[in-house]
Amino acid sequence: MGRMLPISSTWRVRDMGSPKLQGRHLLGLDGISKEDIVMILDTAKSFREVLDRPIKKVPPLQGKTIVNLFFESSTRTRISFELAERRLSADVVNFAASGSSVSKGETLKDTARNIEAMKIDMVVIRHSSPGSAHFLSRVVDANVINAGDGEHEHPTQALLDMYTLREKYGTLEGLRVCIVGDITHSRVARSNIFGLRTMGAEVSVCGPATLIPHDIEALGAKVYHRIEDIIPRVDALNVLRIQLERQQSGLFPSLREYHRYFGVTIDRISKAPKPITILHPGPINRDVEISADVADSEHSVILEQVTNGVAIRMAVLYLLGSTN
Amino acid sequence: MNIYLKNGTLIDPLSGRDETLDVLIVDGVIEKVGKSVAADRLFTVVDLKGKIVSPGLIDMHVHLREPGFEHKETIETGCRSAAAGGFTAICCMPNTSPAIDDESVARYVHEKGKSVCDGIVDVHPIAAATKGRKGTELSPIAELVQAGAVGFSDDGSPIASAEIMRRVLEYCSMYDAPVIQHAEEAALTEGGSMNEGFVSTRLGLRGIPPIAEELMVARDLILLQYVRSARYHVAHVSATRTVELIRRAKSEGLNVSCEVTPHHFTLTDAAVESFDTNTKMNPPLRTQEDVMAMKEGLRDGTIDVIATDHAPHTIDEKEVEYTVAPFGIVGLETAIGLSITELVRQKYITMFQLIEKLSTNPRRLLRLPEIVIAEGTPANLTLIDPTMDWTVDIRRFQSKSKNSPFHGRALVGRSIGIINHGKILLTG
Repeated sequence: MGRMLPISSTWRVRDMGSPKLQGRHLLGLDGISKEDIVMILDTAKSFREVLDRPIKKVPPLQGKTIVNLFFESSTRTRISFELAERRLSADVVNFAASGSSVSKGETLKDTARNIEAMKIDMVVIRHSSPGSAHFLSRVVDANVINAGDGEHEHPTQALLDMYTLREKYGTLEGLRVCIVGDITHSRVARSNIFGLRTMGAEVSVCGPATLIPHDIEALGAKVYHRIEDIIPRVDALNVLRIQLERQQSGLFPSLREYHRYFGVTIDRISKAPKPITILHPGPINRDVEISADVADSEHSVILEQVTNGVAIRMAVLYLLGSTN
Repeated sequence: MNIYLKNGTLIDPLSGRDETLDVLIVDGVIEKVGKSVAADRLFTVVDLKGKIVSPGLIDMHVHLREPGFEHKETIETGCRSAAAGGFTAICCMPNTSPAIDDESVARYVHEKGKSVCDGIVDVHPIAAATKGRKGTELSPIAELVQAGAVGFSDDGSPIASAEIMRRVLEYCSMYDAPVIQHAEEAALTEGGSMNEGFVSTRLGLRGIPPIAEELMVARDLILLQYVRSARYHVAHVSATRTVELIRRAKSEGLNVSCEVTPHHFTLTDAAVESFDTNTKMNPPLRTQEDVMAMKEGLRDGTIDVIATDHAPHTIDEKEVEYTVAPFGIVGLETAIGLSITELVRQKYITMFQLIEKLSTNPRRLLRLPEIVIAEGTPANLTLIDPTMDWTVDIRRFQSKSKNSPFHGRALVGRSIGIINHGKILLTG
């Protein structure tokens, strides 16, 4: 605690020796140490405080240039990263390209190298292909932050989820969290499983059998197929967005059936012995995976997640920015 | 040229010989095999003490890329790679452009093989079973046999229709030609980049489940039971139950054979964790259990052949996102080293069995002339140093492509030369 105390007007790192993460990049939470996660969460706490001040800008990344390389459309993650970067006084460039790099005729490697040639210090990448952030970290010198690589990982999302839960419960150790929905296609689910397990939480997943990936138990997540069975056993539900295209590819029968059997409703969560916290990475489909009354209820921490997301990204950028 | 192979250990499965003998070769023909043979003329002497003289090896599963994809490999660079790897013969798969589904293309490939690398490596085309490898109409199988095709396959594209597969088996049976299936039920593998299992779940990559291979093999074996005169060969087996299915079919007397690649008995899907696209191949690297099943299949004879599925791709083609990268790795120059290191040294099979799987068995399956190391027969030989320690270095590959996951790997054993058609190439 008190590793640093950023004050907008007179900002300085109070601790001797600035904190350092083990790697130069944040590619995922798979294999990240507990110490690193704690460091990020603690650092985020200091930045979260800054966000409540009238002047929200601090100087640590002054002179650094960051490019947001978004090959997949994204609104909230990109805005969240951009805000975090600007509040750390970095210079920010946005690059948005839809579709794969191959269909554009330029390879990801060439795109990245071209941008790096413009003297970039850090790259935030969102891409539809698993491993693309790893790939990028091999071909460029800049620090790489994974903002979502296909169905693989979305580490800053899981960090902000964990931050939000830690704020609420004080610790993640022994906390019981269930991730509900399409686990197979979810990078949020994977990063949460890796991170929460490392932090000592008890993780389960719940969803139709067709949307639970092979061997998920080996990652340390227990599997449920009935939402009624899991609700009495957890402190928090992290509800994932269900996508209509999964129905079209034959993975579940209809959104109506999904809502009836897996939807998180007030009725269902009110049966829990103690209040359940509801998280959702957004954007939400009201009355599909989550009913509107739950989303707007006191159970929901969805908007806190969004605010905390900026603080988490500031923390990650700050910590990685000081590794150069 | 007259060649005197001195003090080599002669391992010759067809004559059953495994002993230290000298071999005299005059004008490409073996003149004498014996102990301490006297050289009565001027010979080039090759001292092979501690080395092996084997019948010429053949890789029955190679992608030469010519015609159509010469930026990856040509018949010439492919033959050079084969020669460096110790192969005196290779079979090339028909997924070229145009495909080898026409006698002119088959002849072109076959003849071109004779004109490159001094003709020391024989190139035998495996022709497409269906026109354009589309799986809908039979290719001119009889004409292709006439033009030198030694087997039929739509490799890369499984023959999905049971009706077409049945007809291919029937038609090929008239010419005693094996039908080689790339066994994959495509409906189960769409969008897949790696084995489906714990690792794919961890990495978020779409999986290619082992059942896709097993289902197709099971179907084909039922067809084969019905078309008894046909010969069916499963390319690059990778899954445990595939080996079990084939083992049972063989015990029931079906005419089935199969091959495995060195990478499928060496690596597991854990290698994909690096997202190195040189670990992306189809069929994918599977689990440790599957690797053990491959070794056991080789040991008990269920797996007849080791073939590399040599699949060259350029660095630029491979240095892309994992899901975008093409499948396949080069294999010709690491095959012997991996086989000796993983199989012989670990005592799954003997050197004798290894040579059967790299020479005798594939030649028999393809109805190519037998190689017996005996007086009066043409010298078609591979010279192997079974104890040489070396490290794989892709920069030294003769292949035009360098896509190998084995770069930097320490191996034991490699080819030190080949002899074929009166030519000798020493590489050791």
